[in-house]
Amino acid sequence: MTAEATEGSESTTGAEGTESPESPAKGAAPGPRALARQRRRATVARFWNEYRRHRAGVFGLAALSLFVLVALSAPLTVGSDVESVTNAPGQPLESPSGRFLLGTDQFGRDLLGLLIWGSRVSLLVGLLAAALSVTIGALIGITAGHFRGWYATVMMRITDWFLVMPTLVLAIVLATVLSRSLGTIVLAIGVTTWPTTARLVRAQTLAVESRPYIERAKALGGGHWHIMSRHVLPNVMPLVLAQTTLIISSAILAEATLAFLGLGDPAVVSWGGLLQDAREAGSVSSGDWWYLVPPGVGIALVALAFTLCGRAVEAVLNPRLGVSR
Amino acid sequence: MSSVSRPTTAEAGAANGPGSAGAGRPSPSPRARGLPVGAYPRYVAGRLAGAAVSLLAVLVTSFFLFRMIPGDPVKFMTGRRPVSAEQIAVYRREFGLDLPLWQQFTDYCGKALTGDLGTSYQFRAPVVDKITEALPNTLLLTGTAFVLYTALGVFLGTRSAWRHGGLGDRLHTGLALTLYSIPSFWLGLLLIIVLSVGVDPIPGLFPTGGMESGREEGFAHVVDVAHHLVLPVVTLVAVEYGQTLLVSRSALLDEMGGDYLTTARAKGLRDDLVRRRHAVPNALLPTVTLIFVNLGRTVAGVILVETVFSWPGLGGLFYQALSVPDLPLVQGLFFVFAAAVILMNTLADLLYPLFDPRVGR
Repeated sequence: MTAEATEGSESTTGAEGTESPESPAKGAAPGPRALARQRRRATVARFWNEYRRHRAGVFGLAALSLFVLVALSAPLTVGSDVESVTNAPGQPLESPSGRFLLGTDQFGRDLLGLLIWGSRVSLLVGLLAAALSVTIGALIGITAGHFRGWYATVMMRITDWFLVMPTLVLAIVLATVLSRSLGTIVLAIGVTTWPTTARLVRAQTLAVESRPYIERAKALGGGHWHIMSRHVLPNVMPLVLAQTTLIISSAILAEATLAFLGLGDPAVVSWGGLLQDAREAGSVSSGDWWYLVPPGVGIALVALAFTLCGRAVEAVLNPRLGVSR
Repeated sequence: MSSVSRPTTAEAGAANGPGSAGAGRPSPSPRARGLPVGAYPRYVAGRLAGAAVSLLAVLVTSFFLFRMIPGDPVKFMTGRRPVSAEQIAVYRREFGLDLPLWQQFTDYCGKALTGDLGTSYQFRAPVVDKITEALPNTLLLTGTAFVLYTALGVFLGTRSAWRHGGLGDRLHTGLALTLYSIPSFWLGLLLIIVLSVGVDPIPGLFPTGGMESGREEGFAHVVDVAHHLVLPVVTLVAVEYGQTLLVSRSALLDEMGGDYLTTARAKGLRDDLVRRRHAVPNALLPTVTLIFVNLGRTVAGVILVETVFSWPGLGGLFYQALSVPDLPLVQGLFFVFAAAVILMNTLADLLYPLFDPRVGR
């Protein structure tokens, strides 16, 4: 994921390197494309070597791979009929046993199956919402950094305003007034969490645009689109991807929260929805911990894993930060 | 003028994830640092104007947000109940929905400015009354939790940074990150199971919810409320202190390389004093800004914790309003939550130059 980002950022410099005299081509000079590819591979390797040193990041990555694997293979392992209320295999609210490792819910459905099935929704919504949020943030950040003047002023005022708004309250209100669906949840989280990214990307854009090679590109006739897409975007990509990892973790938490408040899609099973079901089934007062604990652990582990990865990527990109070591 | 210092605050605020705690690199704005003594009133005026614009924006947003509902709000309100055309007409008139949109908007703004936020569908009472009823309870809960998590976060954060890389630092950072990733409502539910309902060996130690058991008067009442307050506050502090810890930790790490610390050590000051008198005061400045910028997250936490513990505050009210959904009440509470965060941020901005020892000396 991040590897691609670093590739992207290097491709610009790589392409330039072939033209400038200090190009470090050793031996028989291959074509510019091969050279660029070679550089990208070296950057990826360097990034990975750095990343590997952050033990927490490696742990997060491993945990994530495991979760994604389990979620992707869910149709094979548990099958899509775990959600079915009508032909549930067990009795309502059974405690964990050999047959149902995590017990059953109030309809007699296998909780382990539901937990695995629910991870698909939680991960999917988290990823989509983060993608939407980061896209908006990057778009506004790059344009506000590139076009100065009133446009930037207006955009940054809007960003600042969103930044101090209680994000989740705004998302809750959006999810309330729109129809109940996963799309709504993605939209509600996406359009409320972008300001952080916009701020960071704008700062980076300003830094990139003050470099001489942008001036050179302009002198050679590069238009706004060319500069933003070919020079600025590849340079802010690593930052954007670190930011994405961090936003996924808060998006997963936000999704769980919205589902818990009853604003999720009632037709799909998600971790937050399971917690809401558990609460409504009275598992708090009857002390049915086995119904409540696993979905929460799932949410916390995935959110933590994404946070750890994001912090490690950040630390690699900006060693001065001194975080997460 | 506000545009000069605003980006710095916001850039600092950009670090509202635990991971990016240091990414914002919060540095006090040049304006605030080099503020001439006479400039403070002008700074205040700029800040207040900015807050007024933000509040207006919230007002406009909350109006149009609630007009986004697909279909007729009256149908939304009456749900699946069969309603006659006359009844619908009565409802429309009652809530002013028969007027053109612009007139609804001006009416809404005019009323909001005079402190009228409409009538709750659910309680058939003015929204403002419901809010003022619940506000003290929320302030009690939030205030207690805010003081505790800020103190705990700053205390642990500065100590972690001072011995960064050590075992204590790694433990505290790890714990903070873990608690930060836990959904607050889930933690609350678990605490209720373990400490209120009770697991076998432990009896229920705390009430499962609410704010008072009733009956008691005077001092007994205070003790009773405090008893009910314990679990909600513990939940809030647990999920919120991590952020403060990470923010103050990275703020102090920023100061660690400073020459003035070497000077202080060279003077022969004890390590403890170097930290307390020299490093921490400097690190506190960006931390304060960030704590206030991150208040939005606390508001979300309060809503969930009040819901889980049936605390009779604004958050609990919000949940009740959502489940109907009682749109005027949701709208009013949305305005109150947003306004509270904006006002607190403005307050932090106003106090900031006063805290900075480099100003006014």
